Amino acid sequence: MDRPKFEIRDLSYYYGSNRALHRVSLEIPANAITVLFGPAGGGKTTLLRLLNRLNDLVPGTRLEGRILLDGKDIYSPDVDVPALRRRVGMVFALPLPLPMSILENVTYGPRLSGLKNSKRLLEIAEKALRGAALWDEVRDRLHEPALSLSGGQQQRLCLARVLALEPEVILLDEPTSGLDPISTAKVEESLKALKKNYTIVIVPHSVQQAARLADVAAFLLMGELVEYGPGPRLFTRPQDKRTEDYITGRFG
Amino acid sequence: MKEKLIEAVLLGLALTAILSLFVITAFILQAGLPLLISYGPWRFLTGLTWAPTEGEFGILPMLVGSLWVTVGALLFGVPLGLAVAIFAAEYAPSWAAVAMRPAIQLLAGIPSVIYGFIGLKILVPLIRDNLGGPGLSVLAGSLVLAVMILPNVIAISEDAIRAVPQTYRDGALALGATHWQTIWRVVLPAARSGIVAAIVLSMGRAVGETMAVIMLVGNSLRLPISPLDPATTLTSNIGLEMGYASGAHRQALFATGIVLFVLIMALNSLASLFRRRPASA
Amino acid sequence: MRRLWRLNPRTVDRLVGGLIWAAAVSTLLILLFVIVYVSANGFPRLSWGFLTGKPQNMGRAGGIWPMIVSTAAISAMAVLIATPVGVATAIYLTEYTRESLLTRAIRFGTEALAGIPSIIFGLFGFVFFVVYLGLGWSLLSGALTLSLMILPTIVRTSEEAILTVPRAYREVSFSLGASRWQMVTTVVLPGALPGITTGVVLGLGRTVSETAAVILTAGSALHLPRSIFAPGRTMAVHFYILAREGLSDNMAWATGAVLLLSILLINVVINRALVALVRRRAVR
Ligand SMILES: Nc1ncnc2c1ncn2[C@@H]1O[C@H](COP(=O)(O)OP(=O)(O)OP(=O)(O)O)[C@@H](O)[C@H]1O
Ligand SMILES: [Mg+2]
Repeated sequence: MDRPKFEIRDLSYYYGSNRALHRVSLEIPANAITVLFGPAGGGKTTLLRLLNRLNDLVPGTRLEGRILLDGKDIYSPDVDVPALRRRVGMVFALPLPLPMSILENVTYGPRLSGLKNSKRLLEIAEKALRGAALWDEVRDRLHEPALSLSGGQQQRLCLARVLALEPEVILLDEPTSGLDPISTAKVEESLKALKKNYTIVIVPHSVQQAARLADVAAFLLMGELVEYGPGPRLFTRPQDKRTEDYITGRFG
Repeated sequence: MKEKLIEAVLLGLALTAILSLFVITAFILQAGLPLLISYGPWRFLTGLTWAPTEGEFGILPMLVGSLWVTVGALLFGVPLGLAVAIFAAEYAPSWAAVAMRPAIQLLAGIPSVIYGFIGLKILVPLIRDNLGGPGLSVLAGSLVLAVMILPNVIAISEDAIRAVPQTYRDGALALGATHWQTIWRVVLPAARSGIVAAIVLSMGRAVGETMAVIMLVGNSLRLPISPLDPATTLTSNIGLEMGYASGAHRQALFATGIVLFVLIMALNSLASLFRRRPASA
Repeated sequence: MRRLWRLNPRTVDRLVGGLIWAAAVSTLLILLFVIVYVSANGFPRLSWGFLTGKPQNMGRAGGIWPMIVSTAAISAMAVLIATPVGVATAIYLTEYTRESLLTRAIRFGTEALAGIPSIIFGLFGFVFFVVYLGLGWSLLSGALTLSLMILPTIVRTSEEAILTVPRAYREVSFSLGASRWQMVTTVVLPGALPGITTGVVLGLGRTVSETAAVILTAGSALHLPRSIFAPGRTMAVHFYILAREGLSDNMAWATGAVLLLSILLINVVINRALVALVRRRAVR
């Protein structure tokens, strides 16, 4: 954890005249799980989507400040956006398999970048599915539609789909909000195993989950970064009254 | 780079529609305007005589013919179509509403020449034997056109009726109104602008229809007075004479095309004006 | 009207209800009548020789093979020209721009084109393709004219179909590193395919049944066209000429039956595609 993967500097973000983020500065360390948490509407999803420029698709928005990935501004005009998104993968709140087979879903990213060799694609798929702890469940049905999987399996498929890109960063927005406790535990286990090789940024779906996963935690309230620091410390000895209220309120 | 190229190609193709509209307008004008100007637009529109060999190009009988045929088509087609639309949106059990759609679509798909010939074989003798006149008449054209505009009337009015919020109906029914009272006093007024759009658009279709009309109206160049009189319309005259016309005669047919074009554009603009207006009570 | 209400709203309600059912039933009867009438007059005169033979004596006898070929060629070409243009237009409008003056102009053009009667297309096709571009009365002139005529249908149905593809799929595709065009080809087009098919087949149906625009641009030559630059007579035009000039009612009806059968088949395909579209939407 020498140099931070992402450096977010004085970031403000507007939807029209509505300010969603206000002067947020934050460093996201490599090979660790960073947790963004806080009450609804705090800007967690927005911040996450800014990290791989997915919010470029939303009309009428404005961004101030800088986001550096490995020291380079990802919003500078010469950035290859699809390439950036391959480096910074995203798993959404709802499981969103594309209407194709399981195999086609997992290999979607590599196929976009031009890989056609089916043997190679199968290897990538197996590795990614193992990484998402799904391989054993789907190895015999790779050609079935992805929509035939259960919700929990679908979400792990989405994780595998991102892993197949071999990204450097994985962004996850409440990835377990639609899942039962067992599936949730499986996803959390995968994430903990994955952080050796990846930088992970997650919006958890509960404070408990935040506490379980956080190496670093950041508390966002109404677009402002209230507090951030090592997870274990932040959840046991929050420095800011508002953080404490939020944590204890939930725990209470 | 490749992406920019693709976007440029897509834009180019997307411009086809507006570009063709422009070229169509330009070429029709270029082919018809000279005669329209040299002959005099007023004389052209109000002249009673169409005698190409003598250089007489008055299209009033055709204008009147088109008008009669269209009004007749609306008179028969709109009430029937509206009733079917009300049926599909308000009365039909869901299986019937589902079954109606392909039927209406098929009705729209049947070639106009087939409608024309059936009309010629069945309606024309019926009219001649029971109502008098030559049979080939404004009435025959109107009746067949009425069937041909039905799908249009039905589809657009049905959409308009379905767009009326359910709460409107519930409110009226809760006050003790009958089903029909609810439709007549609440649903139809709320769907008014869509229904008007359906009528105006169908008017455009009726004015523009050619082949069925040629087969049915008798193509007489005299001014039609009674519905049983034969007539010529703007379209049927073009369709009949384009095959052999040349010189000033051909130009006059294009000038007729200009008149038709302007008429249709006006009707369609009117319809889209109504269509855009949201349903209001 | 008001007096009627006062008199007895329940009676009025039942009366009108009856009328409305009657209207629906009579509309279906009209359709049924057309189909039965054409079939009854046409099918008894159909034969293999009629379908594969040459017309003789101006069509009073013989078959309609050249007309079948002309129809197929003109319709296929028209659809092949209009589909890429129409789908591209729809993609451009939905995926590549936000609403602007330009998109409004494109939409206006499409809408205006949809309202133009076929005889005007015929006049235009004649001065532009036949005369100005020097293509003469030919299958190509006919197809080009018809492709403009069906362009709006294809644009509109494609646009609607594209809009049924969920936004979320687009985001997923982008988030996995797709370029816009990759997103369109891997997610949008496969999802919109049934709807696009409907539009294309609808357009195909219109080209098969069109008469006014074709007769002025492709002509009415009786012989088998040897190239796309040769004139040809479609089934609809043949039917019209036989019927109007009173050459042979029998041959007209037989041609009409083939024409109607084609239209029926085309409509079955449309409905198949629609069903597929609805299914797809249900899965999502
Ligand atoms: N597409 C959008 N258009 C306009 N405003 C938006 C959009 N997305 C988010 N916002 C606004 O930005 C602010 C932050 O929203 P965001 O979704 O980032 O919050 P969040 O912390 O993820 O909330 P939640 O816990 O509910 O998911 C909110 O005020 C929201 O209304
Ligand atoms: Mg959120």
